[in-house]
Amino acid sequence: MKVRIALTVNDEVHEALVPVHKTLLEVLREDLALTGTKHGCELGECGTCTVLVDGQPVLSCLALPLETEGRRITTIEGLADGARLHPLQQAFAELGAAQCGYCTPGILLTAAALLRERPSPTRQEVKEALAGNLCRCTGYTKILDAVELAALRMERART
Amino acid sequence: MTKNDFAVVGQPLPKVDAWAKVVGETRYADDLFLPRMAYAKLLRSAHAHARIRSIDTARARALPGVYAVVTAADLPPVKFGILPVSQDEEALCADKVRMVGDPLAAVAAVDEETADLACRLIDVTYEPLPALMSIFDALAHPEVRIHEYGDGPNVHKNVALQFGDVDTALAGADLVREDVFFFEGNTHLPMEQHAAVAHWTSDGKLTLWSSTQTPHYVHRVLAKVLATPAAHIRVIATPVGGGFGGKTDPFSHEIVACQLSKLTGRPVKIALTREEVFYTHRGRHPVLMWIKTGFTKRGDITGCHLRTWLDGGAYGSYGVASTFYTGVINPVTYKIPVYKFEGARIFTNKPACGPKRGHGTPQPRFALECQLDKAAEQLGLDPADLRRRIVVEPYTKTANHLTVTTIGLGECIDKVVEASGWRAKRTRYGVTAAMGSQPTGGSRGGGAGCTHLVQPEPPSPKKPGIGIACSAYMTGAGTAIYWNDMPHSGVIVRADRSGGVAILCGATDIGQGSDSVLAYLTAEVLGLEPVDVQVFPADTSLTPVDLGSYSSRVTLMCGMAAIQAAGRLRDAIFKAVARKLEVDPAALVARERKIGVPDDWDKAVSFARAVELGEAMHGVLAFPGSYAPPKRAGKYKGGGVGPSPCYSYSACVVELTVDEETGTVDLRDVWIAHDIGRTLNPLLAEGQVEGSIYMGIGEALMEEQVFRKGLHKQPSMLEYKSPTTLETPEIHTILVETDDPEGPFGAKEVGQGPLLPVIPAIANAIHHALGIRIDEVPITPDKILKALELRRRGKPPRVGPDRLPLFTFKDPLVVESAFGQPADAIGVRPFQS
Repeated sequence: MKVRIALTVNDEVHEALVPVHKTLLEVLREDLALTGTKHGCELGECGTCTVLVDGQPVLSCLALPLETEGRRITTIEGLADGARLHPLQQAFAELGAAQCGYCTPGILLTAAALLRERPSPTRQEVKEALAGNLCRCTGYTKILDAVELAALRMERART
Repeated sequence: MTKNDFAVVGQPLPKVDAWAKVVGETRYADDLFLPRMAYAKLLRSAHAHARIRSIDTARARALPGVYAVVTAADLPPVKFGILPVSQDEEALCADKVRMVGDPLAAVAAVDEETADLACRLIDVTYEPLPALMSIFDALAHPEVRIHEYGDGPNVHKNVALQFGDVDTALAGADLVREDVFFFEGNTHLPMEQHAAVAHWTSDGKLTLWSSTQTPHYVHRVLAKVLATPAAHIRVIATPVGGGFGGKTDPFSHEIVACQLSKLTGRPVKIALTREEVFYTHRGRHPVLMWIKTGFTKRGDITGCHLRTWLDGGAYGSYGVASTFYTGVINPVTYKIPVYKFEGARIFTNKPACGPKRGHGTPQPRFALECQLDKAAEQLGLDPADLRRRIVVEPYTKTANHLTVTTIGLGECIDKVVEASGWRAKRTRYGVTAAMGSQPTGGSRGGGAGCTHLVQPEPPSPKKPGIGIACSAYMTGAGTAIYWNDMPHSGVIVRADRSGGVAILCGATDIGQGSDSVLAYLTAEVLGLEPVDVQVFPADTSLTPVDLGSYSSRVTLMCGMAAIQAAGRLRDAIFKAVARKLEVDPAALVARERKIGVPDDWDKAVSFARAVELGEAMHGVLAFPGSYAPPKRAGKYKGGGVGPSPCYSYSACVVELTVDEETGTVDLRDVWIAHDIGRTLNPLLAEGQVEGSIYMGIGEALMEEQVFRKGLHKQPSMLEYKSPTTLETPEIHTILVETDDPEGPFGAKEVGQGPLLPVIPAIANAIHHALGIRIDEVPITPDKILKALELRRRGKPPRVGPDRLPLFTFKDPLVVESAFGQPADAIGVRPFQS
């Protein structure tokens, strides 16, 4: 059975006619061509497909589009402010926090949600926030460094 | 060149592809969507070992939305495999399946769901055969043959090499240790599942985009199995979302997607599920090891004899090379005057093993480094000091005829010993272990012996320990997978009057940064910024052949080719600029996007203007660079596995606590010093080291690829435990530079070697903490508790393998030891001029 849905993704409303059981991950990638959202397991185990729904990290492989109608979805394509990168994106690029880059969108969005709630997290808090996002390349070190650098820069920009 | 002469090399620059990756623009294989594209799925075997009686696809074909269904009958009856000597794989199995997950049929349909449904409508009749699920099973049942080829029933490869008289060397030793170790298999677990898109167009030409580390080998295999001229096939490696060796074989799904595209006249995409990736595997071999080593009282090794049994799984893959690698690299690290190695790879009905980061070498490294720890304890020597004394001399040969060039291992050991506070902690932490354990007969690190009697420890169940281990690894295999005299890597550099420079190279960026290294080195030679250089990688129709992203070969081999190509472009431009400025070309330098004479820099011309002058003088500016390694294969059969232009070295100290009540290991800190020859970019080099340490920690403590009744026990990312941010400790990376004459600006390997020492360093630290020996990885809490229980019952507190297979190795090929001989000629290789 197909349903017509209207999703607000990155501040734009997208309408689509999709099978009712299709996941948010699949709709984002296949129907809206937002392929920046990746998949690693499609079972809710690796964090790779994380997007933000009303600012909260959500595993898009476990979410149904119907549940997210009327809510604000942010994907990696919507993290930057127009052409201006989010400080996290800048820091990840500068510090080598993205190697193969496949887990990067999910980690950036999870970290963005963390920094909204806790603008100056400790390293342990960053680790805990990202514990559900697997990365096989980096050993996490540069990722943690980059989140800390971004937090510092955002704090400086506020003061 | 000294460090200060570099403009780009050594700078902590972002990767050239970093920006696309942080905004989600990088297009991996599964991100490609072509008009009219069909989606494919494979039907995979549910049996570990069975004859195929029949396959009926009628119901699948009748399903609406299905475009095509293929079985082995629809493909040329040609087997393939990555190594010429192991052509034992079929894109779709014809007569027999050898593992759960073997592909039987494939469907192309309007969408993935329909393809999946159609696969379920294919009726297969099997005749089950006994499944051989371990080395012991496979050797105990020679009447059940998994393959009809090899060195004996279910024996894929049987090798025996002897360099010098090992028996005499061991007889003359003060201490001879015999130990048995087991290294369980584990898998790469890249975040990206394999995916491919094939498009066989109506002009008869085929393009395959694939998540592969080796587009060149995929290209060769496609030509073979599809019976199509290689000249009509184009393979493009998309950016790879993690490889670690798992995307280094040509795979069934790539071949099948091509055939389905041919049949349907549509582009066809195939993307593996995570469960399929676990069965596709080609990861770390489970290896059982017996190692006998003789030592003098001072800790010198008199000789070493190593036996390895590899559980290869159902297919050959890289297995012959893997078998050699379990034996041939150990002598590169420490002085081993005489050496004997016997190895056997056994077929079993499990997913085939192959190359994973460190390819065949972490297992014997674990055995040797743990044995050294035991020997140091028996001899009353500090384990760091013992290693420091026996480091191989630079520019010499090993017993097995490998030429080693620069060696920074001594410096690496010194640096981690100092940074970690090794000596103080070795004494302090040793206390609790010594109080609880059996008499060890040796001092625990040369500190003041008996202070523990007056130093009260809080009664915590968490006991601290600190351990050390070292390693060496190749900087690229010195011989190609298929015998040939052509370059291993090639680069074309092209410049035009816009001032733009393009690099074409077959190398595949798997996240390690090969695109970036190509840009950095080209920019360095031409006096440009990396952003001025556009890199076009991994397209078999456009880029010169590079053999692939494996064996830590890319930075050195592509790098040398890029330096040669860029140097030729620079020489051509210099000639034109020299005529214009009326100076000698030798007086010119390229820097700051200009070319000129340093003492008369005001007259320097812009790079774009220099290219104009060059184009006017020479015509189109495009230059090749070629690289092939020095020809150093030992003059004996098997001497082609192991040689490398140079070797990286690393030393690692791990500090941890072990909970005596739960058996849980908490890593506190890891110090790793890595001799990489030259740091081309510290951020990328550190990233490779940190990733290696992380992956080694997973292998040491939790990751295992294990089976029950033919099925993977844990084919998901939740059940297959791997370290998260919370299990990964602080990693302190120290980069050591030795400026190797074989490497690009002196650089050596960085991405694999540092994985090796962390595993035995953890095992040795656990022993230091509790006085127990876990001679088997992964070191899970149950094994630690079992060892403690053994000790309570008055038995040796060791957990590890207690039996070896009944197996006859072939008579060894006896060769004179080359230990200590001068190295072969340095910096002499094909295509140099």
